[in-house]
Formats: sequence, C-alpha cells, structure tokens
Amino acid sequence: MKLKNSRIEKHHIEDFVGRTYMSFCVLLLITIIVSMVYFVASKGISTFTSGDVSVTDFLFGTKWSPEADTPSFGAFPFITGSFLVTLLAALIASPLSLCAALFMTEIVPGWGKKLLQPVIELLAGIPSVVYGFIGLSVIVPFLRNNLPGQGIGVAAGALVLSVMILPTITSVAADALASLPQNLKESSYALGATRWQTISRVIIPTTFPAIMTGIVLGMARAFGEALAVQMVIGNAPFVPKSLFESASTLTSVITLGMGNTTMGSAHNNALWSMALVLMLMTFVFVFFVRLLERRNKI
Amino acid sequence: MKPRTVNKIATSLIVFFALLIVAILVGLLGYILFRGLSHISWDFLFSAPQKIRAGGGIGPQLFNSLFLLVLTLIITVPLGLGAGIYMAEYARPGKITGFIRLIVEVLSSFPSIVVGLFGLLLIVNYFNLGFSLISGALALTVFNLPLMVRITEQAFRSVPKQQKEAGFALGLSKWKIVTSVLFPVALPTIITGTILSAGRVFGEAAALMFTAGMSSPRLDFTNWNPLSPNSPLNPFRPAETLAVHIWKVNSEGIAPDAAQIAAGASAVLVIMVLIFNLAARYFGRFIYRKLTASKRMN
Amino acid sequence: MQFKKSWIMTLALTSVLALSACGNGGANNTGGNAAATNEGSGSKISGSILASGSTALQPLVELVAENFMDKNTGVDIQVQGGGSGTGLTQVAEKQVDIGNSDVFAEEKLKDKDAEKAAALVDHQVAVVAIAAVTHPDAGVDSLTKQQLIDIFTGKVTNWKEVGGADQKIQIINRPGSSGTRATFESFALGTKTEDIPGSIQEDSSGTVKKMIGETPGAIGYLALSYLDDSIKTLSLDGVEASVDNVISGKYPVWAYEHMYTNGEPNGTVKAFLDFFLTDEVQTGEVVELGYIPAVKMQVTRDVAGNVTAK
Repeated sequence: MKLKNSRIEKHHIEDFVGRTYMSFCVLLLITIIVSMVYFVASKGISTFTSGDVSVTDFLFGTKWSPEADTPSFGAFPFITGSFLVTLLAALIASPLSLCAALFMTEIVPGWGKKLLQPVIELLAGIPSVVYGFIGLSVIVPFLRNNLPGQGIGVAAGALVLSVMILPTITSVAADALASLPQNLKESSYALGATRWQTISRVIIPTTFPAIMTGIVLGMARAFGEALAVQMVIGNAPFVPKSLFESASTLTSVITLGMGNTTMGSAHNNALWSMALVLMLMTFVFVFFVRLLERRNKI
Repeated sequence: MKPRTVNKIATSLIVFFALLIVAILVGLLGYILFRGLSHISWDFLFSAPQKIRAGGGIGPQLFNSLFLLVLTLIITVPLGLGAGIYMAEYARPGKITGFIRLIVEVLSSFPSIVVGLFGLLLIVNYFNLGFSLISGALALTVFNLPLMVRITEQAFRSVPKQQKEAGFALGLSKWKIVTSVLFPVALPTIITGTILSAGRVFGEAAALMFTAGMSSPRLDFTNWNPLSPNSPLNPFRPAETLAVHIWKVNSEGIAPDAAQIAAGASAVLVIMVLIFNLAARYFGRFIYRKLTASKRMN
Repeated sequence: MQFKKSWIMTLALTSVLALSACGNGGANNTGGNAAATNEGSGSKISGSILASGSTALQPLVELVAENFMDKNTGVDIQVQGGGSGTGLTQVAEKQVDIGNSDVFAEEKLKDKDAEKAAALVDHQVAVVAIAAVTHPDAGVDSLTKQQLIDIFTGKVTNWKEVGGADQKIQIINRPGSSGTRATFESFALGTKTEDIPGSIQEDSSGTVKKMIGETPGAIGYLALSYLDDSIKTLSLDGVEASVDNVISGKYPVWAYEHMYTNGEPNGTVKAFLDFFLTDEVQTGEVVELGYIPAVKMQVTRDVAGNVTAK
C-alpha cells in the first residue's frame, strides 16, 4: 500500500515537472516574439520620433540619398521594388507550381508524386546564397546577351525568386489537391467531363483558397529573401522604369547599408525602419493566410 | 474547339511544366556539381582558407557549419519538443492556444534578415555576446524553434488515438503516456522533420552575417578545451559558416582562385543538403522499424 | 525511461552553456584592458584583443594578428568583420578594443554622435588608393576630373563623347554608405554625386570587379589591390594610379585605413598597434595585401581633406 502511494506521488511529481517545463517552453516562444517586435519596433520608430523624417516622407518619398549634405530618406523605391519582384516571382511561379501539383495528384498520381516530391524538397533545400551565385553566373549573363539592359535588374531578381518559392507553392497546392474528396472528382467524370474540364471547373475552384494560401506563403518568402536578390538586382535606389533596369528591395538596401553605418545615425535608423516594414508585412501575409484558411474551412 | 482537344492540350501543358521543374532542378544541380566537383579534394575540405594565395580550403568553415548546427539543435530540440507536446496534448482549444499557434506561424515566416538584425541588436550588442557561435545559434533558434514546435505537434497528433486510450486504460498518468507511449511512436516523424530543418539551418546565411560573424580565427584542432579561445569547440568565438563563406568569397575574395572556391564550396553545401535529405528519409524508416518492430514499412 | 534521461542530459547541457555564456561575457569586457600586466619590463605580453569593423581591412588585420600571435604566444587576437559602421559603433560602446574603419570616425559619427568620435583615438595603419576602372573595350586610357564628374552625374552617357568607343556607359557605383565611394567622390570628383537611375550599386570590391569585367561599357572604381587584366585602369588627369604617385602625393585618390581605440590604448593593444607600424609589417603584410605603407607617405591628410607635405 505504501509502495503504491509513493509511486502515485512520483507520477504526480513527474507530471508537475513535465507541465512546468512545457509551460516554460511556451512562455519562451512568447518572450521571443514579444522582444522581437519590441526591439525592432522601437529601433524602427526612432527614425520618426527623432524628428529626422516624417512617416509620409519615409513611405512615399522617392529620393534616397542618406549621406548627402541634406539627406533624404524616401523608402518608396525600395517598397515598390520589394512588391514588384515579389509579385513577378509569384506570377512566374504560381502556374508552374500548380502544374506540378496537378501532375503529382491528378495526371500521374503514382510515379508523378515519386518523381516530383524529392525534386520539390531538394529545391527547397538549396541555400539562398547558392541561388544567388547561380543567378549571378547563369541568369544575369543570359539576360544580358538576349535582352535589353545589363542583365542585372528586376527581371533577374524575380526569376531567381520564382525558383526559390516554387517548392512552397507546390507543396501547399499538392496537399490541398490530395485532400479533395474523391467522390467530387468521380461525379464529374461520371457526367462525362474530360480531365481538363474536371480540373478547371471542379478541382481548381474548390481548392482555390488553399492554392492562394500557398501563393501568399510563397510571396512572404520572396518578400523577405535578402542575399540572393541583392546579388542580382543591381541596387539602384530608384523605382525602375523597365524590368531590365537596376532597382532595390527593402532587404537588399538593408544588407548593403547595415554594416557601413553606425548604430543610432539617421541612416542606420532608416534601415531599421525598413526592417520594421518587413516585419509588419510578415503580419500582413500571415493575416491573409489566416483569412484564406478560414474561407477554406467553409 | 472540342473539349477533348482542349483536354489534350491542357494535359500536355501540365506535363510539360512539371517536367520543366524537374529539368530546372537537374540543371541547377548539374551546374553546381559540374562547376564545383573538380575543385573538391580532401585538401580543399580540410585545409584552412588562404587570404591572398591560391589553394585555400574550407576546413574551418565546414566544421563551423556543423558545430553551429549541433549547438542550434541542442537548444531548439528540447524547447521545441516541450512546446510542441504542450500544443498537441495539453493545450485546450481556445483563445490562448489560438494565440500561441499564431505566434508560431508568425515566427516561422519572419524574414531571416530581420531575425539576424534582431540578433545583432539583442544578442550581439545588448547581451554583449559579440559575433560568436552562440549568438548565431540563438538567432537560428528563433526560426528553427517554430519549425520544431510544428513538427512535434504534427507528429504527436498523428499517433492513433487508440494508443493513448490504451494507456489511460492501464491507469498511466498523462505524462507517462506522453513520454512512454506517444513519444516513441512520434519519434520517427520528429527525427525526419528535424533533419530536414537542419538542412535549412545549414544553408542559412543572412541571419548569421550579423550574428556569428564573417571571420574565423585560427583554430587549433588539437585543442579540445571548450574554454580556450582558439579551440574549435569554444562557442564564444566568431565563426564563419560555409554559406557565409560563399557569400564573402563571392564578394570580397582577393585570392586568385576565389571563383573556384565559391563554386567548390557551393557544391559541398548542396551535397550536404542532399545528404540531409537522404538521411531524413532513411533514418525515419530505420527508427520506425526499431521502435515498432514492424516490417510493414517499405 | 531512456528518453527521459536524454532529456535531462540535453537540459543540463543547455544550462551549462547558458551559464558559461554569462561567465565569458563578463571576461570579454575586461579582457582587452586588464590584459598586459608586465608592460615595459620587456618580458612576454599577454591578454586578448577584440577588433571588429571594415571588411576591406579585415584580411590585413587578420594576417598581422597571426604574425603577432606567433611572436607573442600569450596573446589572443580576434578580428571580426561587420563593416566600418559596426566597428565604430562597437569601439565607441567599448564592446571591442579596436574598431577598424575605412573612413575617419568623424565622418560616420556626426551630429549628435560627435562626442563619441572625439573619444576615439585614430591609428592610421595603411593607405588605400582607388582607381577608376572600365571594361577593356571602352576605349579610354585616361579621363580628366571634369570628364569623370560628367560621367558620374549622368551628363555624359556614351563613351564616344569622351573619346572612346561608341558604347553606352554603364555606371557600377557603391552604396551611399560605402567608404570607398566617399573617398572616390571627395578626391576624384571633388563633389558628392546623386545616384542616377539605372546605375548598379554593389558594396563589395569582388562583385564590382566581376561586373566591370563582364559588362560592356561599364565604369567603376576599385582599390589598387583588386586591379588585374580583366579590367582597364584609367589615369586621372594623366596621372597614373600607381603606388609611387600616391606616396609622392601626385595621385590624389587615396584614404587611410584606420584602427580606432577608445581612449589611448595601453598594454597589449598598444603593443599590437605599434607592431603594425614596424617596418616588418609595413613592408611585409601591408604591401603583400596591396596597401600602401602609411609610414612611407610623403604627404598627410586631415579629416577635412587638407593635404600637407610631411
């Protein structure tokens, strides 16, 4: 009897220790995000609180000359640059990814998946510096020799990014397609529809929110990618007039300037404000993902 | 056009694009390996880099990458398991759980450059850990942790309900069920997920440039005292990883064979990612067979 | 049961790491200052030095540090990159012993940070000269200062306007925060320039060199140590960008490489900085890495850019 009691007690203690440890882990997660938001936000806001730049000048100013005698800190070219490469990359990658997902789930479900699954995983695994390296030594010379401009520019950045976000979109889309109830497709075929009619009228409309989720996740990755883009985009602080002109993104200007400026200087603070914009955009992307997921459930 | 013709055209387009993705991967891998393999030798893998002369290797960088990975996993795996198990087994559905899930989602979608800047501000400067392996590992923890939480949660959720119920029927405490019934079943999935996430840690550069530093002090590979400054095991020394080294050699390298070194190092990096992918598959199966004594898995 | 043990093991490991983290953090702070105990007695010096900053200067400092550590086995020197701005920030905050910079501290730490710059002591260890370079097919050997200004402000857009081939000019510039750009603008152009649309900006010399070599009609500027046959080096106003011309003060586009300490250095740090200025290093590592020895310069230059004969 006594022995049994002590065993129960031991279980209680174990249970308690386990719970405490887990609560600690969860609290740590919360601490990390709170401190991240706090530190990045407080650094990012200092541009505006120090009175150097107003929020509208920062967001909509088109002139970026941080080291001039009368410096101006317009981040509009970088914000547009980021959105431009992200949208272009999504435009290129989405149809490709959708085809890959359809190939895996609808056209040849057996070996199609066996072939593409590892391909997608490997594409996701290739480090971004390697993508940048390839962009610089393959895509840029190719564009330079075949299209107007110097090869370096928005188009090169978007192409590199599109390959990088292919796996994200494909795997989310493939999951959505695979989870579609079989009878939905079967009833479509039973009505005499061809495979393409089934895909275009039944499968894609039903899984549309899930596919969009994949695209938004891919865009989030593209928006935040730094090194690969910086290597091929050219980094001129202007809104580009053509796709083959040099431009900048938020991430590329941060990578270029962060080490060369001193903490607390107006230039450095402006870079932190851009990090804050990146962070806020992450929230926006997560918000859209949630919105789409909710629609998906209904 | 007849629906059948449309169907044929659409199907061939889908197949074409799917195969195009395969071709992209084959082209990428082929290019990297073709450019790099000729430069890889034992000497290249194990010797120290040269600053101005040709013939430098990547020994310390390779070691740093692996060591940093181990450090990161030592920190993230226990924490990720704790929080993941909490989410899967203990958390009741409600506002707080929803909030934690949101945090995990946001944390995992933060751009790595923002994580790096946060690390620079808080870990490197504020905690005064300097550019060091430990700073790098802590920064990597920020985005590896949410991944681990998600992996653990999914792994625990995929354990059949009956196993848990059988445990309760035996009168086991919840903690006991979690550790001795559910954990072994979930382990293969967790290990597979961990190894895959390790591949991403291995190739990360943007977050490490600002935290682990871009320099590698002379290492004495006969000195294994972790507190000695030139010991490879000292976690407080700055450490340039392989991915960061590729970035640096590409941009600042003045050794005459900088281009070949970048190509060789890229090939090594990609080969390591391949190994991680294969290991994840093989290891998951192996552990599953060990723990369940089942020969069912193919 | 097994699993629990391994859990505890990992937990213990983590906490040990965390603990030692605190310990080392503290030690680092005092390391540089409390270092040399028996200075002046001529016996062995010991201690640790932490330097960070300019990535361009980093290879040189690393090389000299290795040499210094070979001679003084008790000394440990860590050289980190991060960029000139980071180095100056960290030395001003006393997080490191030496901050390496491509520019005068006063140029980075200005306005409300000017106080911080005043506390820093400058040690000029080498001189870096910068030359304008073009793609080999541009067809130009020499440019005047005015022609350079016209090119970098976008007034001249084709090489034939300055006597070269009929080829559009592509500018490969550096970002506004770059020390190399500051030097080039101050001493080659004599004026700050606005970025022009379509120009390419790269921070690192390796990339700039690769791009100029590959892009027809490209112009940019590089430190002398990066020059080779893949690009064409231009003379400025007929003066060749050579080491001798820099030393004599004929070729004006050069800048000091600075190593800043917070207050006058003492002990090990001073010994290291003194070692930097010995003939052995100045004619050894400094020249080997393509810099010009600071001690050989026949002219000096102050923060405002005034050049005086030595």
